[in-house]
Amino acid sequence: MRRTAILGFLIVFGNAIVLQAQQPEIVIPHVVEGPGRTKPIWVSLSGFTGEASQVLQFDLYVQGFNFTNTESAQYLLSGSNNGDLQAQASDRISKAAVISPKAYRGGTLRRQAHLFVDEFAQKLGHQPICQTKIAFKGENGKASEVYISDFDGQNAQAVTRDGTIVAAPAMVPGQLALYYTSYKLDHPDIFFQNLSTGARKIFARYGGSNISPAPSPNGEQVAMILSKDGWTDLYVANSDGSNLRRLTKSPQDESSPCWSPDSRWICYAAKVSERRALRKISASGGESQVIATSGLPSPTEPDWSPDGKLIAFTSQTRSGFSICVVSPNGGDATQLVEGEDPSWSPNSRTLAFARRQGGHYVLSLLDVPTKQVKDVSRLSGIGSQSQPSWAR
Amino acid sequence: MVLGLGLAVVAAPGCHKRPGYVTNIPGAKTGVSDMPPNPPIEDEKNKMKSTTEGITSADPAQWEKATRNAEIFKSDTAYFDFDSSVVKSSEKSKVAVVADYLKAHPADGVSVEGHCDERGTEEYNRSLGERRALALREELVSTGVSPSHVLTQTLGKDRPADSGHDESAWSKNRRGEFILLTLPK
Repeated sequence: MRRTAILGFLIVFGNAIVLQAQQPEIVIPHVVEGPGRTKPIWVSLSGFTGEASQVLQFDLYVQGFNFTNTESAQYLLSGSNNGDLQAQASDRISKAAVISPKAYRGGTLRRQAHLFVDEFAQKLGHQPICQTKIAFKGENGKASEVYISDFDGQNAQAVTRDGTIVAAPAMVPGQLALYYTSYKLDHPDIFFQNLSTGARKIFARYGGSNISPAPSPNGEQVAMILSKDGWTDLYVANSDGSNLRRLTKSPQDESSPCWSPDSRWICYAAKVSERRALRKISASGGESQVIATSGLPSPTEPDWSPDGKLIAFTSQTRSGFSICVVSPNGGDATQLVEGEDPSWSPNSRTLAFARRQGGHYVLSLLDVPTKQVKDVSRLSGIGSQSQPSWAR
Repeated sequence: MVLGLGLAVVAAPGCHKRPGYVTNIPGAKTGVSDMPPNPPIEDEKNKMKSTTEGITSADPAQWEKATRNAEIFKSDTAYFDFDSSVVKSSEKSKVAVVADYLKAHPADGVSVEGHCDERGTEEYNRSLGERRALALREELVSTGVSPSHVLTQTLGKDRPADSGHDESAWSKNRRGEFILLTLPK
């Protein structure tokens, strides 16, 4: 039987390779661009200096743009920042204006730069993200607190000041509110906090541990992992805590639930035959199904993209942790960069995640299609920043 | 024995259609969520009814005012293998020490606190830490300790006993600690 060799560097995403033992022909489908393999959109930046230039570069890079000279760019962005920002954008080839020359007033220069990039991205059909927020866990010696910052790490504020342990902050989609686990009552309980008023209340304080809260995109329910019935299982309740339902009943582990964008399905990390796997289950209960992550072992901490197309997750091998993506139907999974605990931005292409550096974590942003990565600004006085939750 | 039987019945069908490992019983559904409960089994030592459910947790509100003593069972900290919540036979004598004390002081309780080493993601480790605490709790209950006197919680990897980054440190962090709870008189 003659073996036909497949050229290793041709990566096929979602298509099958036909392997014919007897016949000499191989059918090789054309390469399809996909996660981690998409070319950036090239832009040139002219006339901007200092902080404005830094902000523009950061904001564009983490959305899949990259920088070149005015002869090679697809889009030309130019302007000045003496005091306020003045900026414009045009298509280099067609010469058409994408943003006609515009003067920004009011707010900080940073904010003006964010606004310009948002407008540029929107003109290209991307969801704007430069004025969004990320909640995260910050560790300060023995204590950890919940923080919220701009998506680039700036303007961080403490959400809690309890001097205890917190975990898994989870922003409620569409609201300035979040759930998180806190050991404030000497026990892992889930709290709900309204960030506009600062008011908070206990959401789940059952016996055992109450961990990993995940609010549904429509704001009506919260999934979580409880051990009140003797095993770590997946539960769902209404967002006011009522109508608690148990979705799994298994001495095997469940962890890290996340929701489909239509609020109908919950994806979570579990086990199948002693091996770790992702599973999904209807929020109204029933049998769970495996989401295969072929080729990438030990998947945990899934997050479902707002456009429903990809589930990002952490894969763990002997050598470390990687941020990966897979179709919600399962199949071939793509390994992207070293890191853990991904959280999608509203644009379904940029992810926030944590990566290990020395003995602690730093937060970073990844553009999934281009694999472009950039760390966010670090909060001074905080040793470790992890568990990002992007407000969507 | 009760514990073993419960786990054996749950584990096999939980392996979802592995030929040769699962015997399909005509008319029965497979799948963990559809498992019918086992009939209760009486055990001399443990009069608690056994089902394929886990043991309902103790009520934390009942123990809110208790004093915590982390020193008394310090040398009885139980250790676990990597990514495992199985209570090893080498650790069972430690559980027995705690169980004997609790049976001699029936008004007292214990908080079992599960920990992990750093080689896992945060929420996975938080869940694993709880399973370690739950496993130790099951051991305690199986020796006759009342389940309403055994609380569990997880600390994930937030409180390492050894902050090193090698197996010597990691093995000290994969643990369950027993904290004695004494209610005010």
